[in-house]
Amino acid sequence: MQQPNRLRPFFENITFDREDNEMIINFGPQHPSAHGQLRLILHLQQEQITKAHPDIGYLHRGMEKMAENMIYNEFMPTTDRMDYIASSSNNYGFALAVEKLIDVNVPRRAKVIRMMLLEINRLMSHLFWLATTALDIGAMTVFLYAFREREYLMDIIEDYCGARLTHAAIRIGGVPLDIPDNFIHDLKEFLDKLPANIKDYEDLLDKNRIWLMRMEKVGVISEEMALSWACTGPMLRASGVKWDIRKEEPYELYDEVEFEVPYSDKGDNYARYKVYMAEMRESAKILYQTIDMYAETVKNNETELMAHAPQYISAPKLDIMTQNYSLMQHFVLVTQGMRPPVGEVYVATESPKGELGFYINSQGGPYPYRLKLRAPSFWHTGILTDLLPGHYIPDVVSIIGTTNIVFGEVDR
Amino acid sequence: MRAYKPKDDVQKKSYYTDRYWVAPQVPTSQVEDDAVFAADLAAIKAKFDVSEAYIQVEQMVVYIKPEDNYGVLELLRDELGYTQLSEMSAIDWIAKQGQFEIFYQMLSMSKRKRLRIKCFIDEKQAINSVSTLFRSADWSEREMYDMMGTIVNNHPYMKRILMPDDWEGHPLRKTYPLQGDEFAAWYEVDRIYGKEARDIIGPEIRDSAEVDRFDSKRFSRLGHEVPMGYDIKANGEPEKGLEYQEEGGVFMIEKFVEDDAVIIKDRKR
Repeated sequence: MQQPNRLRPFFENITFDREDNEMIINFGPQHPSAHGQLRLILHLQQEQITKAHPDIGYLHRGMEKMAENMIYNEFMPTTDRMDYIASSSNNYGFALAVEKLIDVNVPRRAKVIRMMLLEINRLMSHLFWLATTALDIGAMTVFLYAFREREYLMDIIEDYCGARLTHAAIRIGGVPLDIPDNFIHDLKEFLDKLPANIKDYEDLLDKNRIWLMRMEKVGVISEEMALSWACTGPMLRASGVKWDIRKEEPYELYDEVEFEVPYSDKGDNYARYKVYMAEMRESAKILYQTIDMYAETVKNNETELMAHAPQYISAPKLDIMTQNYSLMQHFVLVTQGMRPPVGEVYVATESPKGELGFYINSQGGPYPYRLKLRAPSFWHTGILTDLLPGHYIPDVVSIIGTTNIVFGEVDR
Repeated sequence: MRAYKPKDDVQKKSYYTDRYWVAPQVPTSQVEDDAVFAADLAAIKAKFDVSEAYIQVEQMVVYIKPEDNYGVLELLRDELGYTQLSEMSAIDWIAKQGQFEIFYQMLSMSKRKRLRIKCFIDEKQAINSVSTLFRSADWSEREMYDMMGTIVNNHPYMKRILMPDDWEGHPLRKTYPLQGDEFAAWYEVDRIYGKEARDIIGPEIRDSAEVDRFDSKRFSRLGHEVPMGYDIKANGEPEKGLEYQEEGGVFMIEKFVEDDAVIIKDRKR
């Protein structure tokens, strides 16, 4: 009999005297290619998986509980820690949900800057995905190349908000800052080189025999399965559903920009890889257009960055420093927090990983009564239960890679 | 006398609320205003009881009976084109009315519409699992049980998902304090060292902002370092902390001279 309350591992899933040939192994929670703290309990017949139980919760910090004990603006930096590969998109999802709740209009210039940040984040996330997945498969070169490009994007973001990973770059009602002088120049320079870079990755991978063997016809997700498991984002689009929230339920200024929604009906790892690569090109396309849109707002002298809603959102700094009433309101909003109206809202945005939703139930108090974070990676991990059986152990690594799960988001 | 604090909701409360302040409402509109939602609601109403329905922030909210949840979701999926269950969870209303509010967030890709099915269940009342309709509900219901303690019937693998299997209590209930309860404070000590080590180790400090000036075991006391386990209260604080730096800087590391540094204007992108 094992004694679990000593400093000694407790193998709760292993029985040593089995009659059949089945073997049960733990994949993780400290496995480098599990992309974080994922523990997979795999039942094996030889090398083939017969049953899989993803075990999550190793990074659970109770964000929903924290949100219930925080004012709305206080929660913004916490959202960074969900999908920490693309943290501005979490900031944005939360900001948009609260904005829908309090019903404010964000100035156009802030919208353009937000779109820039969102697309830069998407590129950062996809590059990170490509790098880590390629590394898992064994392609070290791609890893180094993609991280180099991601580094430049992080520099650009750092110029904007000072942070590289946890940006907190978006506020409820707008953005805190205008973009710095060199931002557009640096971004353009990066974007001009990006197509050549993506071509480099594709030259390395597209027809690579090892890559094809690990990717093609591995981890096939059918359309029904993807829908039933609430898959979203590239996971769903690679399974033949052309659904992108930016296109179907446009938020910000996504209805004014032109871009394609790449999709595939194959549903295997290779299809997902192709969708990610195509999405990077589309993001670059959107970024070029936002640069023009930004120039337009400069021409039209639209300088406002935060919405005007004195009840919920602090006045600009100049007003706070010069006008007594603005200062008083700012003081109340910082110490007590805004009090959104009684009601509830569910807002979905297209984060790099999929549909990022925020459900907020407000009872008119300064703290949300209930906040539910709908993180796409949660179900992209859950689908492993049905997806892995039948595959072989090496496939587990490539499948986890292409699902693009981030555990800050899965465990919240 | 100590001030009375309600036990059924221990979450943080605003320290000041104006006594004349009335919370505004998020505007709602009639379901009839939207033709698509009106048709969907009529289809639901034809088969099931609907106690209330309205549109709020572009989405329809429909209140049904808890025992109809499977039927309504099946109808939505098979006949009305709501093919995805984006999200489902519960809201704790036990302090107010002794009930949980369950919500199912549905998405129809063909109609580009989202709607929310809601129902109330009592604290000990069980709800039917919908995981055979939507596989995503498998994990959602496990999470809902884990966080809220709502009972779900007919679930294939009902087990805690985020918290450890032997955890006591349900963290998202309003009765559960933010920093955890008594059980949480002793959990790791009991699991790793055993209950008999409680007196030696003491409970886990779960307040992340807690700082104990006299604790010479957990914190480094930067600038006022003392040897580990040193009793500061009895022996007093040393005049000066321990010196780690060698005289004149660290060996092998050159001092930074600004005039010799090269400043790169722009790196190649």
